[in-house]
Amino acid sequence: MAKILGGITTSHIPAVGNAIQQELYDDPYWKPFFDGYPKVHAWVKDNKPDYVINIYNDHGLGFFLDKMPTFAIGAAHEYRNEDEGWGLPELPPFPGAPELSWHIIESMVADEFDITSCQELPVDHGFVVPMQLFWPGAPNNPDMPRAVPISANTVQHPIPTLKRALDFGRALRRALLSFPEDAKIVVLGTGGLSHQLDGARAGFINKEFDQYCLDNIVHNPDELTKITRQELVEKAGAQGTEFLMWLMMRGALGDDVTEITRNYHIPISNTGAGTLLLECAA
Amino acid sequence: MHDLPGYDYHLDIPGTTIFDGKQAMKGYALNKMCYDFNKAVNREAFKADPEAWMEKYGLNEEQKQAIRNSDILGMIAAGGNIYYLAKLAGIFKLSVQDVGGLQTGRTTEEFKEFLKSQA
Repeated sequence: MAKILGGITTSHIPAVGNAIQQELYDDPYWKPFFDGYPKVHAWVKDNKPDYVINIYNDHGLGFFLDKMPTFAIGAAHEYRNEDEGWGLPELPPFPGAPELSWHIIESMVADEFDITSCQELPVDHGFVVPMQLFWPGAPNNPDMPRAVPISANTVQHPIPTLKRALDFGRALRRALLSFPEDAKIVVLGTGGLSHQLDGARAGFINKEFDQYCLDNIVHNPDELTKITRQELVEKAGAQGTEFLMWLMMRGALGDDVTEITRNYHIPISNTGAGTLLLECAA
Repeated sequence: MHDLPGYDYHLDIPGTTIFDGKQAMKGYALNKMCYDFNKAVNREAFKADPEAWMEKYGLNEEQKQAIRNSDILGMIAAGGNIYYLAKLAGIFKLSVQDVGGLQTGRTTEEFKEFLKSQA
């Protein structure tokens, strides 16, 4: 049976993709951010997951408002990015894992999570930037695991509740642990932390709330489900609702986790940038 | 369309427009045009003749005027969603800090300083 090694969360800001491309690792602006990743790289290298479940939110590449799935799961042989309207480099495809995708879809729906399956899914920076952060050179990294993208709607309200996000992760855990292959799996939760791009409140960042979320998500994630969606918008900013992905990831890890590393830095672009690596008990 | 009690969409957050069903309906044409800017061919067509391209997508006058004026807050009031509008901003080579400055009455440098001040 498959095993869940742990979970890694990170902000997925497009500017990070540019910084990686330009190798600005030691630039004074970027260094405090990139300094959060060597421990993650070491862990990934030591553990060599076979599969990566990449939980992110599409930002208007894979989905439009004509049909907006609340939870969508990729079931493709490969996943390609696009330039997203502002000239991002188009990368070689990320290898998929359709047999794992369909196992997850079967298990989730049996578990009463009605999801949208996607045999074609262009992936945006929410998916790509974390892959590049964790597997340098991705997808051209010899350790690159095969991927299953999972996207949750944070574009259009109503968005899922925080409780639903955590419950989704718990159902995902049941799906992964029942995958009949002796495989090692890592789960990513990407996006956040606090930021707001739109409106007269653009630029809003909330360090105190981000720290509250970081502190609680490790050993007390249920506490965070008391936050309503509107409170999340108020306290994390309109796009800080991406914290839902972190909760989805957290639910998949089970109760017994060890924090390996965390990093938090303000600002990266408009965002309170967070990184967290949690290892599951063996 | 009235809001119903018990639904979680009533909190008034100053300076924040919740992009819900009402905004999504209002802004559909604008957002669709911007979504299609994912393709370079559509960006080029817009640049060649913005008025004709906006007409083709059926933007209303409020939406067209907001675009003519580079009025981001106006685009949001007219139903624009920032994730799609970001692709329009890309055509004008505006960074998210430029867009932040435009919405908050700051220069880009002032906006960057504001971001740093929250560290």
